[in-house]
Amino acid sequence: MSVRNQGIVPIRVEQDVVLARQAVRKLAQECGLRLVDQTKLITAASELARNAVIYGGGGDMDWQILDEEGRSGLRLTFRDEGPGIGDIRQAMTDGWSSGTGLGLGLSGAKRLVSEFELDSAPGKGTRVSIARWT
Amino acid sequence: MERIPILRMGEFLLVTIQVDMHDQLALTLQEDLGERISATSARGVLIDISALDIVDSFTGRMIGTISAQSRIMDAHTVLVGMQPEVAITLVELGLTLPGVSTALDVERGMKLLSARVANA
Repeated sequence: MSVRNQGIVPIRVEQDVVLARQAVRKLAQECGLRLVDQTKLITAASELARNAVIYGGGGDMDWQILDEEGRSGLRLTFRDEGPGIGDIRQAMTDGWSSGTGLGLGLSGAKRLVSEFELDSAPGKGTRVSIARWT
Repeated sequence: MERIPILRMGEFLLVTIQVDMHDQLALTLQEDLGERISATSARGVLIDISALDIVDSFTGRMIGTISAQSRIMDAHTVLVGMQPEVAITLVELGLTLPGVSTALDVERGMKLLSARVANA
């Protein structure tokens, strides 16, 4: 697997969620994802970027366009230095929210992508990595 | 302050969302619509999202709230123009917008609203 291109998009305030969505759309097009896959990835990114702002106090989105055996993929990693997640299983449950949301952010985002990795612990921040391939 | 315009057409209000909304803008729209329904005694609200290329859980929740809020203010809401890939994504995300009436385009949405109001 080779990295064709990569970069970082800061997600500090609510307006950055919009900028992150727009960045992901551009990257997903560049990567050659089909429209429906672009839409799913952007929607998942929107959920995770919002989580990073609301629960993580802001963070960054790392992106990588990947090439592997004739296919291309876009991997996004959302990182924050927030309080972290104590009970990951609970956080991944549909309808469970520690805030005022619908509780679909994490569990919904996972259903929208082909790769999903969540790494978090109390006091250690949260790192969520997602990817979709052509 | 940035706002989504709300147009009045007889007894209906028409909202066309043409920008990628940040969360505060969505909340402002929700509040503005409540005020406009009250001020104009509107019987229906048509929300056109044909220009939106994604609807995430926040926007989806706003649409559901507007619909419920309108209903208890004696107005019907119809959501029109959802792109097919947005619909697929919303269902996979787990948001099926229960209680929200939908139509494919503005014309059908207006017909549906008129019928709803006539039957009320």
